[in-house]
Amino acid sequence: MATESTKLSMAQALNHALRDAMADDEAVYVFGEDVGPLGGVFRITDGLTAEFGENRCFDTPLAESGIVGMAVGMAMNGMRPVVEMQFDAFAYPAFEQIVSHVAKTRNRTRGRVGLPMVIRVPYAGGIGGVEHHCDSSEAYYAHTPGLTVVTPSTPADAYFLLREAIASDDPVVFMEPKKLYWGKDEVDLSVPEPPIGRAVVRRPGTDATLIAYGPSVPTALEAAEAAAQEGRSLQVVDARSLVPFDDATVCEAVRSTGRAVVVAEASGYASVASEIVARVTERCFHSLAAPVRRVTGFDIPFPPPKLEHFQLPGVDRILDAVDDLQWEDQ
Amino acid sequence: MADDRGLLPSEQPVRLLDETGSPVAGAALPFPAKERLLAAYASLVIGRRVNDQAGALVRQGRLAVYPSSHGQEACQTGAALALAEGDWLFPTYRDTAAVIARGVDPVEVLTLLKGDWHAGYDPYTHRVAPQATPLATQMLHAVGVAHAARLRGEDTVVMALCGDGATSEGDFHEALNFAAVFRTPVVFFVQNNEYAISVPLARQSAAPSLAHKGVGYGVNAERVDGNDTPAVLAVLDRAVAAAREGGGPQLVEAHTYRMQAHTNADDASRYRGKEEVDPWEARDPLLRMEAYLKRKRLLTKARRAEITERAEAVATAMREGVSKDVDPDPAELFAHVFSTPTPQMDEQAAFLADELSREGD
Repeated sequence: MATESTKLSMAQALNHALRDAMADDEAVYVFGEDVGPLGGVFRITDGLTAEFGENRCFDTPLAESGIVGMAVGMAMNGMRPVVEMQFDAFAYPAFEQIVSHVAKTRNRTRGRVGLPMVIRVPYAGGIGGVEHHCDSSEAYYAHTPGLTVVTPSTPADAYFLLREAIASDDPVVFMEPKKLYWGKDEVDLSVPEPPIGRAVVRRPGTDATLIAYGPSVPTALEAAEAAAQEGRSLQVVDARSLVPFDDATVCEAVRSTGRAVVVAEASGYASVASEIVARVTERCFHSLAAPVRRVTGFDIPFPPPKLEHFQLPGVDRILDAVDDLQWEDQ
Repeated sequence: MADDRGLLPSEQPVRLLDETGSPVAGAALPFPAKERLLAAYASLVIGRRVNDQAGALVRQGRLAVYPSSHGQEACQTGAALALAEGDWLFPTYRDTAAVIARGVDPVEVLTLLKGDWHAGYDPYTHRVAPQATPLATQMLHAVGVAHAARLRGEDTVVMALCGDGATSEGDFHEALNFAAVFRTPVVFFVQNNEYAISVPLARQSAAPSLAHKGVGYGVNAERVDGNDTPAVLAVLDRAVAAAREGGGPQLVEAHTYRMQAHTNADDASRYRGKEEVDPWEARDPLLRMEAYLKRKRLLTKARRAEITERAEAVATAMREGVSKDVDPDPAELFAHVFSTPTPQMDEQAAFLADELSREGD
């Protein structure tokens, strides 16, 4: 483990997290499609088979339901499996295992059987991927009681959230924003990030609050920077932990500005963004100067690469929504 | 058709040509007729040209990605030629050459990989389903299409393509089982190219062969040398005929090899060495077929020139069509989500149109 500040991409930070978790706990096993000698199609598991051997990090037959189902059994029997779904939309064959078993086993058994396992899901757009490679599938998991759902937006966050996810006694769906895999950042692995369940204020601001997570956080920060140049101070909150959700931090932030926009790539209808708007509105109604707005993907199947940029929330769309927050009433 | 082969495949893959292109003695099936062999040769040449041209278009940045069937052209050819016009083909992302061989416009096929839209062709025109990217899901759709045709009293056969990796997915097994239970006229054609991205066949299946998976479902199965064009054609012809004549579903496994990386985005040197790939160069389906046709003096200079010209015409069409910059209309994003756009679709389309109209203000 790196002990002082180093420059790491999110992909490297995740790789470090897996390596450190495997070294610290021999119950941690990594498996999935192409995670062995290839190191995963995104190289997140690069070198793990070489370092820890074929039993600890291994390729499976090509069957996502099989991968997750086997992980359930291994978790029942003393291990901490960390499995990779190759892409967001390729995880759907495992949906029954996730919804009917991963999420429910603790409850079904009156707390006697917990499933300490992590399902890693590279997700969302921004990489010009062809169909079935760019879904924002977080709402399916967040809607399913019993699943912890987290999504990092920085390399440091990726490292610490994944370490905590692996150490958790409950199953965690770990959503990795593909487009952020390669961006590098100074990371000090000796200074832990806040735990799962906590949101983080990424940028202070006084006029309005942008609430984002995963791939949308850098976009929200960019929008805040652009707004600052126009004299408007936007605060940016990174939700990070979609389940459990940090109502306290998010609501405190919104109350401090009185205006909020939720930014997410996923289609807006019945989405995590909708849930955040509802929670904020219920809790902060009397502090709000304007209805809470959403900037999300349209309610359409994820577009082909040439049309992708119309779907993803961009700086202009965010600033348009901020402009709509009834400033004239001030 | 009386078929007393039983459910198990032959012990060795069926072969009509050895690796030098000489006919093997005591072959299990007769050679296809001369004209059919020449048509197959033309399709091989065009298929290879399609693969090469698509690779070049990726290097030029004109295609986002291309999963090549280089080395698998005999299978691509067999899949297209074994079907009658009214039959259906269910291809995967690696079957671009087969889709083109079936008659679909190459530029429309490449719409997906160019990134302009998803499926770029009308599946009903040539009865070719959209190329499937999720694995094995299309096998069940093939069973459904065949079942519907059978219920209507049509003699349609459906060929469903997949690779070795896809045989591990649950849908593959459900499709074989459904097809067998309903005696549905589907030919399941598995191109076993030994790799699912980086994962070798040994990690995919412990069965004696992938064709052996048929017996558990009551599906007739056969194995064929996937780089032996006459054998692929003969085995698929027999399977299609058996399915058409009420013999139920058929499983055919072709033994071939993925000569190139999974796609241009993959680095095959991380999981396999040159010493493994090289011997397969000598088994190239195109060279083998050419050697046979020369030996039998079936290929005239004029015929050869005509085939080369056709292949070049396809490549030119691909180059010109794919290099054309099309600006897909963003309004189309909302047009096909439902048969009748919902009020929300209209609202969101109007939102985007307004946004675009203000651009550059």
